[in-house]
Amino acid sequence: MNLIMFLILFPLIPAIIIRLIPSERVRTSTVLISVAIIAVASIFLAFSSLQSGCQYFKLPFKNAGTLITVAEIVLAVTFLFFCRRLPFRKMWIPVIIFIQYIPVQYFELSGKVPVPVNYLILDNLSIIMALLIGIIGGLITVYTVGYMPRYHKEHPEYKDRTSAFISTIFLFFFAMFGIVFSNSLSWIYFFWEVTTLCSFIMIGYSRTDEAVDNSFRALWMLLLGGMGFSVTIVYCSLNKSIGTIELSQITAMTNPMVMFPVVLLCFAGMNKAAQFPFSQWLLGAMVAPTPSSALLHSSTMVKAGVYLCIRCAPVLHNTSSGTTIALIGGITFVVASAIAASLSHGKKVLAYSTIANLGLIILCAGVGSSLAIWAALMLIIFHAVAKALMFLCVGTVDQQTGSLDIEKMRGLISTMPQLTLMILIGIAGMFLAPFGMLISKWAVLEALAEKNPFLILTVVFGGALMMFFWGKWMGTLVAVTGKHMNKEKYTGIYEWAALYSLTILTIGTCVLFPLTAVYFIHPYIMTIYPGFIGDPLFHHDNIIMVLIMLGFAIFLPLGFLVHWEKLHYSVPDLGGANVHDPERFMGSMGESREWHLGNYYLNDIFNEQKLLLPANIVTLLIISIMIIAVII
Amino acid sequence: MKALLGIFGFVIFAPLAGGILCGLDRIVTARMQGRYGPPVLQSFYDVLKLFQKQNLVVNRFHGYFLFCFLIFLIISGSILYAGDDFLMVVFALTVADMFLVMAAYSTNSPYSFIGAQRELLQMLAVEPMLLITGIGFYLAAGSFDIGHIVSVGKPLIFKMPGIFFGLVYVLTIKIRKSPFDLSTSHHAHQEIVKGLTTEFAGPTLALVEIAHWYETILMLSFVFLFFASQPVVGILLAILIYFIEIIIDNTNARVKWQFTLKSSWIVTLLFGGINLFILYILK
Repeated sequence: MNLIMFLILFPLIPAIIIRLIPSERVRTSTVLISVAIIAVASIFLAFSSLQSGCQYFKLPFKNAGTLITVAEIVLAVTFLFFCRRLPFRKMWIPVIIFIQYIPVQYFELSGKVPVPVNYLILDNLSIIMALLIGIIGGLITVYTVGYMPRYHKEHPEYKDRTSAFISTIFLFFFAMFGIVFSNSLSWIYFFWEVTTLCSFIMIGYSRTDEAVDNSFRALWMLLLGGMGFSVTIVYCSLNKSIGTIELSQITAMTNPMVMFPVVLLCFAGMNKAAQFPFSQWLLGAMVAPTPSSALLHSSTMVKAGVYLCIRCAPVLHNTSSGTTIALIGGITFVVASAIAASLSHGKKVLAYSTIANLGLIILCAGVGSSLAIWAALMLIIFHAVAKALMFLCVGTVDQQTGSLDIEKMRGLISTMPQLTLMILIGIAGMFLAPFGMLISKWAVLEALAEKNPFLILTVVFGGALMMFFWGKWMGTLVAVTGKHMNKEKYTGIYEWAALYSLTILTIGTCVLFPLTAVYFIHPYIMTIYPGFIGDPLFHHDNIIMVLIMLGFAIFLPLGFLVHWEKLHYSVPDLGGANVHDPERFMGSMGESREWHLGNYYLNDIFNEQKLLLPANIVTLLIISIMIIAVII
Repeated sequence: MKALLGIFGFVIFAPLAGGILCGLDRIVTARMQGRYGPPVLQSFYDVLKLFQKQNLVVNRFHGYFLFCFLIFLIISGSILYAGDDFLMVVFALTVADMFLVMAAYSTNSPYSFIGAQRELLQMLAVEPMLLITGIGFYLAAGSFDIGHIVSVGKPLIFKMPGIFFGLVYVLTIKIRKSPFDLSTSHHAHQEIVKGLTTEFAGPTLALVEIAHWYETILMLSFVFLFFASQPVVGILLAILIYFIEIIIDNTNARVKWQFTLKSSWIVTLLFGGINLFILYILK
């Protein structure tokens, strides 16, 4: 338990140091040391507790409960403080804050909320999450140290508030560790709202009008999710047949009354995981500096949402509410993939693909069978690693070339070979067999095979669309456009360190997935489904088949390093209109003209404007119907 | 042991059978067009000749991409003939196709590039139906394992006629026959020259040809799975389907990619989707 408390509380120390001491040298060394400590602590926690099943802990110290209550009030006041300059027509944002905090605080202060016995939880799910936060979050922070000075050199118009930014990242760690180790709903609620605060600060970092707008949009959308918690806490206090706010007890109940709070918690989770109709805050988060997008998208913030849904999964299994939640995940998966196929802005494609992948995880959580949970956990791990890598790579490319447009990345393999290779590894990890995500998709399909075919159709079509947009991106990168200057050398040591570590992690998680399954995931599933005896999908033959494919997929590309002999070089065919420069052709008027290539974006079929509104309306309707149905 | 035998058989005999089928295809097509046509073994002569030609390339990478394409195609077929998971066959096929697309992209040539785009669209059009076929097998036969699917007593076609139709529809795309030979075709010249394969010459092009033989056999094996309990009937029907594809090839003009994508998705949803629902309800 001491280690858990250490992980939760320790990030506050660097957060304060960095905020108070403005020197860059102190900042850098504090970040490096703290990140190392956090990573080592989370790995140590994993090794010491991996096999010990599910453990609960009582109140860590005597006044911890009171402290959290006070902190909640401070947090609410902070939110209100940020809203002070809002124009009148946006005054409904502070109203949301009042609506959700006043009842909860009233209940807490008047002692009507049942006092939990076990405040903290430690099982394999928390360990997996802690490792992701500690290691991947840590690497992103290291990257930030190198990234931010360059960011400000590029954007001299923004005020340099790097220390505030980095200290927010550490505050984020505090909140995330808090979420994954807490068992009391009111504690999770508090940490949940702290992540909302952090994302608000990060999105609004540059203080341009767009950034401020987007940060407030994120604020109200995420606060809406927090509402799910406050209603749950009040409901659980009022309803005597539930009478507890311990998450582990609620998700273990067979009482039909428990459905309402679980659906509300999943509502909060889907909101944080940016499912339709709440996807827009994540898109808005794109204006922030790249590390924060990586942090919000890959390892932390959004993963908190799916984490909560997976905790609720045993209750959702084989219920109509569960199927409805799975349906929302499925719709999100297919629509977000379709939109991503129609976009050429690198970061937006990443954002929509994140939303899509989270949709797939939510779908698994809604289905809630053992194999579905297995797939969801694998997805969480693979997605966190590969997506962090992708974001950081794209951020670096943006810094060196000044563009996030995928079209402008044509031939990147010539100008930035190492980075391109990393992006390729990241993308391959996202959708190609036998790498990580595909293993999970495979498990998803097997898990869904006996379920409602509608869910399968969403996975199948969404997966095909996903292949389409990743395929375009991969192809664009590997186009060989001729000799160009190497633009990579301006990338700093911290960036390289983070990028290389993430690349190794991406490959490592793919190669070691059977071990991940056996040591991390199977023990967890056994705690919720005691009859589970290892995965039927992974009988002997299948494991061997996947490993053989992995061998090919990893070693075959090494052949690119070989310089084959007896090649006769020529230039691309231009239908007889070649001129001496291969990038130009002979036009019909006899003059040489440059030619251009551009990918298909199928804009008349899959269009952001066309798809977003219907998807939002449909999912909003489904959510409303689900909540009303549960109440009745 | 049985699995190894299956893999061995596929690796050796698939290109032979595929090459002969392509030779027959050329004869039948020629007869339909009032020509005499080449000998049956012409495809093999072509490939041997290609290997003797000089290896003309745009860059040193695209040839190797094609090599990876061939390898993964063989892996995909090997998984099928080893009797393993059907879904994995489809996934490996996607990887193979991805290498083909990257080969075309890497040449940075306008014609190849458009071909690559169209190939991606074709994959987008086909993949859902292939996966639905796998799910259909699971619902009808109770397993994704091909070893199990072929050992089911009654032909699965009776349980999944809709899925069968959908598969045959997208098969035209997969074996690159008109009206869906968008990315590249066997005709000497299409509106985008040779599309995807424009920049491939000599030994590099030979790899594409060999891969096409494997691809054809792999696709017809999918057809065979529907009749697996009656092997002889199955083989005959697979050949019959190939013959029907030749007829379609010769009687239809190439369509636009919009039609390809939309029609195959509609067929997938209507025939595949409804068949899945029925299987699900009956279960």
